[in-house]
This record gives sequence, C-alpha cells and structure tokens, in this order.
Amino acid sequence: MSILSDIPVLSILLLLPVLGLLVLLLIPKNRHRAITAVAVVATLLPIVLSLWLYTDFDKQQGGATYREDAVWLEVPVNHEWTQEADIIFSFDYSLGIDGLSLPLLLLTTVVTAMAALAAIHVKKRRKAFYAWFLLLEAGMLGVFMARDLFLFFIFFEITLVAAYFLIGIWGYYNRERTANQFLIYNGIGSALMLIAFVLLVNTAGFRMEETARGLEMIYSGSYADILRNLADPNAWVNLPGAAAGGTNPFEMSGGMAWTIFVLLLIGFGIKLPIFPFHTWMLKVHAEAPPAVVMIHSGILLKMGAYGFIRFGLLLFPEQAREWAVALATLGLINLLYGAVLAFRQTEFKLVLAYSSISHMGIVLLGLAAFNEIGLQGAIVQLVSHGFISALLFLIVGSLYERTGTTELPALGGLARSMPFMSGMLLAAGLASLGLPGLSGFVGELLSLLGLFESMRWVTAAAVLGIILTAAYMLRSVLGITFGERREEHAALRDARFVEALPMIVLLAFIVLLGCYPSVLTDTVGVSVEGFMDQLFATRSGG
Amino acid sequence: MPDNTGFLPLTWPDMLLMAPELLLGVGFIALVVLDLFLPRRISRSWIGGLTLASLLGAALLVWLRMNEMNVGAGDAGVLSLLGDSYRIDDFGSLMKLIFLLGTALVVLLGLGTASRDDAITDKGEYYYLLLPAAIGAMAMASSANLVTLYIGLELMSMTSYVLVAMRRRNDRSAEAAFKYVVTGSISSAFILFGMSYLYGVTGSVQLSGIGQALPMAVENYEAFVYVGFGMMLAGFGVKVAAAPFHAWSLDVYQGAPTPVAAFLTVVSKGATLAVVLRILYSTGLFAAIDASGKGVGDDMFFAVLLVAAIAMLVGTLAALRQLNVKRLLALSGVANAGYLLVPIGLSITMVHSNNVTELIFYLAAYLLMTIGAFAVLTVVSRAVGHDELRGFAGMYYRAPWTAAAMVIFLLSLAGLPISGGFFGKLFILLGAANAKAYWIVAAMVLSSVISYYFYFGFIRQMFMRGGSEERITIPPAIGIVIWFCAAGTLILGVYPELLVEGIDAVFSFQGDLMNVE
Repeated sequence: MSILSDIPVLSILLLLPVLGLLVLLLIPKNRHRAITAVAVVATLLPIVLSLWLYTDFDKQQGGATYREDAVWLEVPVNHEWTQEADIIFSFDYSLGIDGLSLPLLLLTTVVTAMAALAAIHVKKRRKAFYAWFLLLEAGMLGVFMARDLFLFFIFFEITLVAAYFLIGIWGYYNRERTANQFLIYNGIGSALMLIAFVLLVNTAGFRMEETARGLEMIYSGSYADILRNLADPNAWVNLPGAAAGGTNPFEMSGGMAWTIFVLLLIGFGIKLPIFPFHTWMLKVHAEAPPAVVMIHSGILLKMGAYGFIRFGLLLFPEQAREWAVALATLGLINLLYGAVLAFRQTEFKLVLAYSSISHMGIVLLGLAAFNEIGLQGAIVQLVSHGFISALLFLIVGSLYERTGTTELPALGGLARSMPFMSGMLLAAGLASLGLPGLSGFVGELLSLLGLFESMRWVTAAAVLGIILTAAYMLRSVLGITFGERREEHAALRDARFVEALPMIVLLAFIVLLGCYPSVLTDTVGVSVEGFMDQLFATRSGG
Repeated sequence: MPDNTGFLPLTWPDMLLMAPELLLGVGFIALVVLDLFLPRRISRSWIGGLTLASLLGAALLVWLRMNEMNVGAGDAGVLSLLGDSYRIDDFGSLMKLIFLLGTALVVLLGLGTASRDDAITDKGEYYYLLLPAAIGAMAMASSANLVTLYIGLELMSMTSYVLVAMRRRNDRSAEAAFKYVVTGSISSAFILFGMSYLYGVTGSVQLSGIGQALPMAVENYEAFVYVGFGMMLAGFGVKVAAAPFHAWSLDVYQGAPTPVAAFLTVVSKGATLAVVLRILYSTGLFAAIDASGKGVGDDMFFAVLLVAAIAMLVGTLAALRQLNVKRLLALSGVANAGYLLVPIGLSITMVHSNNVTELIFYLAAYLLMTIGAFAVLTVVSRAVGHDELRGFAGMYYRAPWTAAAMVIFLLSLAGLPISGGFFGKLFILLGAANAKAYWIVAAMVLSSVISYYFYFGFIRQMFMRGGSEERITIPPAIGIVIWFCAAGTLILGVYPELLVEGIDAVFSFQGDLMNVE
C-alpha cells in the first residue's frame, strides 16, 4: 500500500486539467503570459501524477487499489409492475487502470504537455484555445480511465466536441470543412459505439443484488460485470434466485454477440482509422493546428485502437479470433496502402498522415496475431507511435512557423541553418521506420513476431511494408535536411528553448522505450497475461 | 361505470380541485377588462407581468395539490370530477407543471421582445391570450373523456391561431395564421372522425368506458377500431408536428412571433403527447388482442413508433439544407417529436414500464433547450434584423456569454454530454433496447448523428465566422430565460436523478394512468 491508494488519485488526475480550465477562465484574455503559464502548469502536473502511478503500479503488479466506484444515478425501469423485484438502470462513476490503459495514460499526459508548449505559436484567441485544449485533455484521460460504458462514451464525446472547436477555429485554410468532416465521421463512429453499448448493457450488463430494498435487478454499464458475464457463460447460475427461473437472463445470442462485435469494429475502426474510413483523418492532419495534430495523431487515434482492444477484443475474443484473418488483412491493407501513398506525397504533412495509417496497420496485425506477443506488440506500437508522431508534428509545426510551407520540393538543405531541428527530424524519422534502439523497432518487432507464429505469409507481406516505410521516410526526411538549400531559408534560426525542450523530452521517451522496452512491456504484460490465460482456460476448454 | 349522459353541475369542491385552471380563467377575464380600460400610455408590460404572476400562481396550486395527494406512503390515487371526465392525478399534474413553466418562460420572452416589435399592435392581448391556451393544455393533460379532451385541444388551438397572427403588420404572420387554421382544422376533423368511430363501436366517450367495451369491439368491429385509433393518431400527428404530418410547422413558425413559436414547439406539442399517451393507456388498448390472438394494441403502438421513426429521419434530413433558423428549429421540433413519441410507442412490458418517466424527462429537457434556443434567436434576430442562420456569425465577439449558453442548448439538442438532452435521449434509448425495439434504437442514433451537422452549423457561425463586432445587449427578461434554461439543461445533464427521482416519487403507472382503483 502506498499513500496514493488512500486518496482518489484517478479523480484528481482527471480533475487537474478541469481545475486548470476553471483558473484559466478567471484570467483576463489579454494576459497572454499568465494564460500560457496556467495552461502549461495544468498539463505538467498530470505528468507527475501519471509517472508516479506508473512506477507504483509496477511495484504492486496491478491497479486494483486505485479503483474508484460510485453510483452516479439510478433509474428504475419498472413501476410496481412486478412486485417481488425492482429493476433499475445504474449509471456508475467508475475509474480504474490496468496494464493496458496506464501506458496510454502516461502517453496522454506527456504528449498533451508537450503540445501545450508547442501551442505558443497560437496567436489568436489564446485563452479559448487553451480552455478547449484542457477540456480535451480531461476527456482523453477520462477515456483511458473509465470503467463504465456510459462514462467512457461521455468522455469520448467530450474529446469529439473539444477537438471540433480546436480544429474549426485554429486550423488552416480549410478548417471548417475539415472540422465538419471530423465531426460527422467520428459522430457515426460513436453512434455505432453507442448502439453497441446500449445492447451490451441490456444483455450482459445485468446483475442481481441483495440490497436494503430487497432483491434488485440491475442493468449497468459496469465493465467488470460485463466482462465477467461474457467470459463465463454460466455466470448467471450463481445469481440469487436464478435457479428458480432456470433461464439465462443475459440472453446474449450468437447473432447479438456478432452484431455488437461488428458495430464496435466499425465504430472504433473509423477512429483508428481502418482503410476505407480514413479520409477524414488525412484532412485533420493537413488542416489542424500543429499542437492539435500532435494530440490527434499521438493520442486520439490511439483511443480508437484502445477502445477496440478493450471492448472488441477483450469482451468478444471468440468473434475476434474467428475474424483474425480479416483483421490481419485489414492491417495489411492499412500498412501497404499507407506506405505506398506516403511515398507518392509531396506535402510532408500528408506523408506523415499516410505514415500514421501505415503504422496503425501494424497495430491491427499485432492484434490479429492473437497471442501474447502480438497483443503486447500492438500496445507497444500504440505508445511508441504516439511519441514518434507527436515529435514529428512538433517539428513540422516549428518548420512551418519559419518557412511557411511543408511542401517537400520547397524545402531542402535545412541541416545547415537548423542543425538541431534537422537532427531531431532525422531521429524521429529513423524511429518511425523502425531503427533498432528506438521505440518504433520494438513495437514492429513484437507485433510481427507474434504474427509470425500464427500467419507466416501475412508476416512476409508485412515486411514489404516496413521496407517501404524506410523508403518514404528517408526520402522525405533527407529531402528536407540535405540537398540544395534555398536562398530564402538561409537565415532561418534554429529551435528556441521552448521548442527544443518538448522535442528532447519526446525523444527521450522514444530512446528509453527503444533501449529498455521492458519498462513498458512489463506493465502491459500484467494485463495481457491474464487475458490470454482466461481466454484459453474458459473458452477453449469449455 | 355507467356513462353520465346528462350535464353535471360544477360543485364547490370540484372548483377547489380545478383551482389552477380557474385561477388562469379569472386572471384572463380580469386582464381583458384591464386592457380595455387601461390608458394607452401605460406600458402593456404590466399585463405581461400579471400574466406571468397568474401562471406562477397556478403552478404553485398544482404543486400544492400534487404534494397533498402524495402525503404518506402508498398509492396517490386519483381525484375525478364531473362524472370522471376530468382527472386530477400525478401524471396530469406533472405535465401541467411543465406546461405552466413553459408558458411562463414564453411570457418572459414576450416581455423581452414585444415592446420593441412594431409589427405587434395589440401588445396586451399578446400576453393574456396565452392564458386560455395554457388552460387548454392543462385540460388536455387532465381529461379522461374524449369530449373534454377535444374541448381542451380546441381551446388551445384557437388561441394559438390568434397568437400566430399577432404580428398584424407583417404579411408572413397572417399567412402563417391562415395556414395554421386550415391545417389545424383538418387535424381536428381527423381527430373527431376517429373519435366518432370509437364512440360508435364502444358506445362511450369516457376513456374508461371505451376500455371496458374495447374487447367486445375488437371482437366484432376490428376494422373500425383500427380506423378510429388510426385517424386519431393522424390528427394528433399533425398537432405534434410529427412527419409525415409536419409540413405546416415550417411556415407557421417562421411567420409567428418567436415566443409564440416557442409556445407551439413545447407546450402545444407536450399537451398533445399527453393526450396520446392517455388514450393509448387509459383505454387499455395496449392489452387488446383480437380473436386470433393478434395484438391490436401492438399494431397501434407499432404505428406510433413508425411515425416516430419517420419524424426523426425526415426532420433531421430536411434540416440539413435549411438556412432559416426558425424553420430549422421547426424541423428540429419535428425530429424531437419523433424522440418524444418513442416512449409512448414502446408500450410496457414486465421489465420495462418507466415510459412516462422517460417522456417527462425528455420533455423537460426539450422545453429548456428549445426555449433557450428560441430566446437566443430573439436576441440575435433583433440585432441583425432577420432570422437567417448567418445572423449568428461572430456571436463569439458580439455576446460571448450568450454564445456559450447557445453551445449548451445545441449540445443538448444534438444529444451530446453533458446536458439534459443527452440523458433524456439515453433513457429513451435504454428503454427501447430493453423493450427489444432495436430498430428504433438505430433510427434514433442515426438521426442524432445527422443532426450534429446542422446544430454544429450554429457553432460554425458563432465561433468560426467573423461578423459585426458590435456588442449585442440582452434585455433582462430574455437574459433570465437564457440563463434559467442553460442552468436547467446543465443540471439535468450532471444530476439527472433530481428530476427522475422527483417523477418517480409521485407517479405510479397503475394508479395514475390505468383505471386500476
């Protein structure tokens, strides 16, 4: 036990950005320095807390002590219709962490703080910018901590609204159209998710409890209950009073399970994004302000993958395993399509956008492997890509600030005038293409290693994608840093301290994960091991 | 229960029970006389203030009656008067509170706008005519007899026709009123036609009497039962502006003074929904089955759900290209009529019978967000001189706090957290899924997503487009409406249990809606 377990750490972590937001609202809007200072401090404090949680978690090997559960509201569904029992819908405020969410939580706090520093380029309406920015952070932290389906949904929608404002007001020329497309695509995604959640709550979210008011039948979005009910088809037998009825109240038919699984796959697939649903995300990469793209590419896309792992894969492993080949195919398409298209782009931001699609393909491949290494690889890839793409877009933002362009033909030879930033860009590019010693390598290696066990030929094809990655990354990075220098770029200044600091921090995390991947894999392993054991013990056996 | 064919006198105890309605009636007559004799130079805002006072007084009386009826444990029971044609029960009282609150907010809106609107010549009438409309709505919520119900409906409709025409110096207003009279009369004709069939096959105009005779009627005259209920549904469909019966609402809202449009969207719609709910349940229709075991009730409930689904989808799809804010809000009202019809159309099952809680909760949330949006619209349209969406451009600079309140209303209308609209929709969704009506779940969610596009269209204008930088001043009366609605929407979004518990504490399905004594 540590002192952290006596206080509601997770709620405090969630409330820090909200607190920052409230303080921010009190500051007059022309006090730019004060506004920036408050925003940066409000994003730095969560890092401290999440780092503390991370180290503490490793010692305890589990996050059970941090769980926070409280009933938010209860709605009776029946009115003296059945006399013997009360049926209620229960909405819970329930937060928790495990090996799957903790690394992503750390990623969120770090990348958000670095993006807050990068946002010093924002000139107009700075107060409103940071207000939405902090709300976005609260939403993202909530998404990774929520252990109730509806709470998850609420946080998910908060990030949607906040990001809409950030893209639509502070983006580049096509910002409004981009914000709309972002809203509609993600709106459809979360709508499918909501349908799936409503169905889940009405079937597996059922439990019975002896309370002071007598026997109560409760429908809730409690993740733990749903997981338990779905994992053990005979869980209902132990319900009080169930033996008399003799029927399973969950009524999760095969068709229903498949429907929910497919809804979740498409819903989160739009966010991930999976191949045919990716167009909105290209626009966001190109049009959103750099600080928001850092968050979008670094964290928001990860929410899609996280949601699919937590709700699709962990709740419906049988369905996912049956569709493993389909998942692998989708992953392969993402990987190759993204890589080939990235090779053809002349706009650096689009190169990176397609590269994100390509790297998300590796996540899908890791999941499709359906073994511990693959799953671990997928999560490592998520975290690693989060840091790498945040770093890349941070550099892109600083480059654009100086040169006013991100077109590859218009850039070149920047290494001479900006040695530090060029070095950073090269390092990030190398991390992205999977150079050993940097984090990208670990994620790709583990994912493909896992996949090699189950689908050799797919793995062979995937290696092609890795080679392509090296080709397009080096083409664009070297094109920017070396080659002929343009006259107008000769006098450009290298990174200032406020720009250099976040770059160094992000690169430090990339190197750390690359050299000591066990920092991450140990944490992830805690949750992954349990999952696989449970999967093979209860499902395959009986 | 035999029908009372003769007319029954209103006794003194009855009058005590009807005190809220009577207070409004007395207030109405007093204000008519006052308006006549009050010198012209005295501002008609005083009449608005008195109208507001009588509405709040009536609300207080309803509240007191409801509390008195729910003292102690057990069933609250029903107080019926005039030969059981008028019921004082908790369902009616809850609905009346909503109507009175809605009307009071509308009067406040009127106070903030009418004095500056030169098109309105009779500023006194503009306020006190809302009183008989409110009485009509209250009578609808309380009626247990087709005739009483119809009288309440017509009282509300007739006054609304006049109210729509209130901007006498404006052509659109006259056009709107004429269209409203014609469509309203057609809908009344449908309703009366349906009622006559029901009376023909059951021999009663009492809802309970119809309920007793219904099994026999279904056995012998099944087709007539369908025609009767079907025609009534169509007629009420017009009144709630549910697609495909909604075409009138766009022109009428556009022409009517904005506060009157708000009254039509919220109170008129709510009262009609209350009536539909009462007819479907108090007649025991939900349990009616024909000789082959097929549920006649199920068919009618399915018809309600079908209208609901069409209303949601047509309302949202049509709103995508709409650029006039009043017409847009009219279409949003069509879609919301669809959402509100879902709990009515779900029927009740063993596991799920909190339809009324869902309905009242969403109606309350809908009232707050819609009147709030209309209030913002009055401010904006006065500042820019038209009702087009582009008038909202640059609101962020012109009135930042009002823009923030509008964001709350829009999020609530779109069903996004954290707002009353989110929980209202979520409760209905969960109910629908619990009753295994999955297709309606899909329709609701789908139309909500489509609606993001045009609700966020407001946000685009307010926050992303520039316009005049001139500050907009907000009249205090409208400021009160906006912030009351915004606070209410937020409270329902953070702590919905407040209202849910309030409803559950007084309302009981069997005691209040069915005729279980």
